[in-house]
Amino acid sequence: MARINHRHTAVAALAAVSLLALGACSSGAKAGDTGDAAGGSDGDLISIGFAQVGAESGWRTANTKSIKDTLTKENGFDLKFSDAQQKQENQIQAIRSYIAQGVDVIAFSPVVESGWDAVLQEAKAANIPVILTDRAVDTDDDSLYVSFIGSDFVEEGKRAGEWVSENLGTEPINVVELQGTTGAAPTIDRKKGFEEATKGNSNITVIDSQTGNFTRAEGKQVMESFLQAHDDIDLVFAHNDDMGLGALEAIEAAGKVPGKDIKIVTIDGVKDGMTALSEGKFNYIVECNPLLGPDLADIAKKVVAGETVEKRIVTKDEAFDQEGAKAALPDRQY
Amino acid sequence: MTRVQAIVRHRLFWPVVALVALLVANTIKNPTFVTLRVLDGHLFGAIINLLRQGAPLLLVSLGMTLVIATRGIDLSVGAVVAIAGAVGLASVAGAPDPGSLGAVLTAFVLALAVCVLAGMWNGFLVSVLGIQPIIATLVLMTAGRGIAMLITDGQITTVTSAPYKAIGSGFWLGLPIPVLLAAAVMAAVALLTRRTALGLLVESVGINPEASRIAGVGSRAIVWTVYVVCALFAGLAGLMVSADTMAADANNAGLFIELDAILAVVIGGTSLAGGKFSLSGTLVGVLVITTLTVTVGMMSISPSVTPLFKAVVVIAVCLAQSPAVRERLAARRRRAASTAAAAAEVAA
Repeated sequence: MARINHRHTAVAALAAVSLLALGACSSGAKAGDTGDAAGGSDGDLISIGFAQVGAESGWRTANTKSIKDTLTKENGFDLKFSDAQQKQENQIQAIRSYIAQGVDVIAFSPVVESGWDAVLQEAKAANIPVILTDRAVDTDDDSLYVSFIGSDFVEEGKRAGEWVSENLGTEPINVVELQGTTGAAPTIDRKKGFEEATKGNSNITVIDSQTGNFTRAEGKQVMESFLQAHDDIDLVFAHNDDMGLGALEAIEAAGKVPGKDIKIVTIDGVKDGMTALSEGKFNYIVECNPLLGPDLADIAKKVVAGETVEKRIVTKDEAFDQEGAKAALPDRQY
Repeated sequence: MTRVQAIVRHRLFWPVVALVALLVANTIKNPTFVTLRVLDGHLFGAIINLLRQGAPLLLVSLGMTLVIATRGIDLSVGAVVAIAGAVGLASVAGAPDPGSLGAVLTAFVLALAVCVLAGMWNGFLVSVLGIQPIIATLVLMTAGRGIAMLITDGQITTVTSAPYKAIGSGFWLGLPIPVLLAAAVMAAVALLTRRTALGLLVESVGINPEASRIAGVGSRAIVWTVYVVCALFAGLAGLMVSADTMAADANNAGLFIELDAILAVVIGGTSLAGGKFSLSGTLVGVLVITTLTVTVGMMSISPSVTPLFKAVVVIAVCLAQSPAVRERLAARRRRAASTAAAAAEVAA
């Protein structure tokens, strides 16, 4: 009996040892991979992991294209790209896998503002610089990222609000607001900017405000319920073009004329939105430039070369009314 | 008295009460809810909107009713909705002239053909390989969205095409096209199952597949067919959903529509154990769910909490339909009645 027990113990010990050996093997292999990637010296490629939010809007599609087209092998980058489908846990998972792969730079557009400290600490501990694009994170420790490239969302909201206040706020109007993804930086900031710009004008009343999650389908759904709950909507302020396009469908389905009976003001300036604006179905668009690829490439190169970079890089945005859209549409890249 | 009792006992009594209550609540909240108006020869109004929004769900639920009647279930309809939209819009986007009727018809046929293939796959797993329906259709439920993602290349495909848009928001004879299509499909299904022996055969397979087979019913062919029909209807619903916004969203199109459809079927009184099914019940179920969604919106509650209200209604309707609960309530009523009668006697 005792002997058998001994044999069991021996087998177990052997198994444990071989497991350990296996573990060592695999971690060894991983370390080797890391060496390759981090060294990147074979072709001097900078390996960069990009964790995209998703594919929720036309803006995002243009943004993804810009990044994929710029961070190419010819330009000296080895791009690893992932799509989080608008879920924070997917994005965190993607960033962790980039850390494990030992990339040179991690870049991402945080789907929401908060909850990034832990994973960014891990990146910092692994000495991998992090660049934020398009959206910011909400953290007390700004050493967690080296730079943030993107538009000033508060300013975008403000410009939209100012236009409404000047052009439509001359008589009492009821506004409904289609917010972006709850908790996302552009949602919080655009809402804030619009409120700041319109609060001085007592003619403007925001009668309802709900999230359409930056997508066409949800924008349409929320607008349908707005139309059923309120008879007196004069203006839709949508946090992006796609929700505005969804609202446009809902307004048409309710038998009203978008751009006339109910005016639409949005932010982004993607092709479909600009087309609607030039056709008179939208009234005003504040642009939010999605072509962040070149800036990102520039910053990533500097960071890897050890140069200091600016903490905040604001991209240049324009704004269009219906006439402006007609003029600008033929030359738009996205 | 007995007639009133018969109406109250009818299995659709409580669902209809719920529907009417919701409609009344909406009308109180906003009196214009029931008004209809004609604009450019088309009918507009909240009720019309409600029917239009319910059309895709009705299509999916009709297919689901038939599948459930054979003691099966189809969890993959939501994914099929996404696939249909993806194939349809991708095909139109790839056509030389997206606005032409030919391109759109080709896209529709292609999308529906892919959906028929999907249904054949489900039916094959269930009827030939004998895999439990919930597992068999789970395969396509998870894989289907991946397929749709492959077709759309991970992006949301958007196209401008007037004829394609018509299937989602067009009008014919003053009525929305999706409503007319859903009504036509419902009429066809009702005729085929109730005016021919087909409905009886489907029910017999659901009650006892083995006995039906021995009695000479081609159970395998029937089970296979209902899955194909279910996927075909889901595909048509998918075209409507994608035409609604002219965007093929592989992740979110038809998300959880399978659950709404199963709910509609259950609210309508069709048992998940198979056998007897009710198409009119399914229609009522679909209207209850769609009206509920609209009501949540009208009360200015965020759409993200709609599922909570759905759950409450489901529990209420299921309780009202549950034999055990009905028995208890009836017993209590009888007891109350007999004590009252006894008290009356004593007093006399």
